Amino acid sequence: MRYYLLGLFVAVTVVLCVVGFRGQKTERPPIEIFDDMDRQAKVKYQKPSEFFADGQASRMPISGTVPATIPIDDQYFVTGAIGNQWGDGMPKSVTVSSKFMAAGKERYEINCRVCHGSTGMGNGIVTQYGLAGVANLTDERIRAMSDGEIFNTITKGKGQMMGYGANITPQDRWAVVAYIRALQRSQKASLSDVPETEREKLLKK
Amino acid sequence: MANLFPKETNIVPIKIILCKVITVILIVLGITYYFTPKYTRIGYKPTQPVAFDHSLHAGQLGLDCRYCHSFGTVSSHSNVPTTQTCMNCHRQVKSNSPKLAPLRESWETGKPMKWIKIHQAPDYVYFNHSAHLNRGISCASCHGKINEMEVVWHDKSHSMGWCLECHRNPEFHIRPQEEVFNLDWKAGDGSTKAQVEQGRELVKKWGVNPSQNCQACHR
Ligand code: HEC
Ligand code: HEC
Ligand code: HEC
Ligand code: HEC
Ligand code: HEC
Ligand code: HEC
Repeated sequence: MRYYLLGLFVAVTVVLCVVGFRGQKTERPPIEIFDDMDRQAKVKYQKPSEFFADGQASRMPISGTVPATIPIDDQYFVTGAIGNQWGDGMPKSVTVSSKFMAAGKERYEINCRVCHGSTGMGNGIVTQYGLAGVANLTDERIRAMSDGEIFNTITKGKGQMMGYGANITPQDRWAVVAYIRALQRSQKASLSDVPETEREKLLKK
Repeated sequence: MANLFPKETNIVPIKIILCKVITVILIVLGITYYFTPKYTRIGYKPTQPVAFDHSLHAGQLGLDCRYCHSFGTVSSHSNVPTTQTCMNCHRQVKSNSPKLAPLRESWETGKPMKWIKIHQAPDYVYFNHSAHLNRGISCASCHGKINEMEVVWHDKSHSMGWCLECHRNPEFHIRPQEEVFNLDWKAGDGSTKAQVEQGRELVKKWGVNPSQNCQACHR
């Protein structure tokens, strides 16, 4: 019995040494013990597929088609252009409300702040790591720029900046444009820009 | 004849039974310890083709998770970013770094980066990121403190029991909607009691009722 227990002890130690403890960091992919139907031959997001010659499961849209979520009868809303000129002002289908501005602020802080900075001055954190030439969004030039052109810059990018059209919906891109206008205004705001009900709070400070 | 078996043989059966019991107990313990996702998954930490560092990008630079994982709030799937997302900065920042060579190759050839997938629900499970992210469940509850990880590892077991544990008691995890992407957020003074108190309130206010029906997750 003594030898048996000794053998058992050695066996347990060997198992512990080989397979280790829970939570240990390892490069070994998770073992699927009963792997029935864990991995099925269906197409999943961002996965390769052998069905197509190029191995990509997600297909590019066929040329000449648009996703059903993008309205086709409102050219200004999706491109920022009216005819072959940049339009100005918000598209008709957009209502500017405080909720809309809040959405614009949120998208701006996610996507733009790292480069353009919280106030749009072009001093985001990445400029300290070697990113040069970031535009100051409160510049006279961009103040004078039409809303449609800024919208197009967000969608497709410009010069050194790449587009964010794939990451931000058209509705939210317009919200970002509105928020940039608010940032510009805040740099040169006077007391008369503040609603009368809010003025007292500011004056107290 | 009388002395063929010495007296000690009387306890041999007891010894054999004892050895068997110990062996069986050890095997059972071994299986419960090793054959569950708590062992098979937690700690999985593959080496990625590019040594992307969340603690630098999401922690130090303060990039929001949604800059890269942009569709988690609107879709069931939380995407891994495209090469362009990285190139927004890396055409200029560290543009000659050898660590980024596979990224530049992907950018030039148009072939996607082959990131190794870490969290992977079985294909018969229906999981939905947006259902959770829009109901005050943070990335940290399911993926751990990603913003402090240099290399991402599998931090939670993602077993069915683990999903159900939260579906039964969401107040241990739920938080105000603005704090979902702030992985460092703690309720009140950071104690479990403060979390549960605030959690109960939010669950009641929003009418949160996570499903425990089989067909919610197996459809
Ligand atoms: C990776 C850093 C980076 C991010 C993120 C970024 N930009 Fe830019 N942006 C730039 C740079 C660099 C320029 C200067 C481009 C040039 O002139 O070549 C620029 C220029 C601009 C311009 C001026 C374009 C012109 O006509 O001169 C606007 C407007 C702008 N960005 C808006 C935005 C908005 C809105 C976002 C968020 C959706 C954003 N940017 C995110 C780097 C960035
Ligand atoms: C600069 C872009 C970027 C940002 C910002 C970012 N991530 Fe990631 N994330 C990636 C990339 C690229 C991968 C794939 C490579 C890897 O696993 O390291 C990834 C992988 C992950 C994974 C593992 C995916 C898998 O394969 O299972 C999780 C979970 C994750 N990120 C969560 C987060 C969270 C939470 C945040 C916010 C704190 C965040 N990420 C911010 C780019 C980013
Ligand atoms: C917002 C800008 C930004 C984005 C987007 C970004 N990075 Fe970075 N990255 C940086 C900065 C800044 C550094 C630090 C440079 C330094 O330390 O000087 C860095 C460093 C790195 C390094 C270390 C390079 C070295 O030589 O030390 C790697 C690898 C890296 N990033 C990969 C990625 C990948 C992969 C992505 C896309 C998922 C990505 N980055 C997206 C800004 C960015
Ligand atoms: C309720 C739990 C939960 C929350 C909250 C959650 N995730 Fe996930 N995440 C999962 C599960 C489960 C998977 C595996 C899904 C699959 O394989 O289909 C996953 C997978 C991922 C992946 C890998 C996708 C892929 O295909 O490689 C990324 C990236 C990711 N999550 C990022 C995030 C980010 C960023 C957040 C916060 C904004 C977040 N997750 C919040 C549970 C969660
Ligand atoms: C940290 C807590 C938490 C974890 C962990 C969690 N869930 Fe949830 N889940 C929730 C909450 C909260 C809701 C939202 C309930 C509501 O809207 O009333 C939800 C909703 C869902 C829904 C949508 C239900 C419906 O009625 O459409 C599905 C599906 C789901 N969870 C699947 C999963 C799966 C699969 C896992 C494990 C991989 C998981 N959840 C892990 C908290 C969690
Ligand atoms: C909250 C989501 C959720 C609900 C509700 C749920 N499951 Fe699951 N189930 C899962 C997940 C996630 C897995 C995968 C676990 C894993 O991979 O470790 C799973 C796995 C399973 C498996 C396979 C186990 C294996 O390892 O092969 C069975 C069988 C199963 N579930 C049955 C059920 C039944 C029956 C119900 C209803 C009583 C149910 N599930 C309800 C999330 C759920």
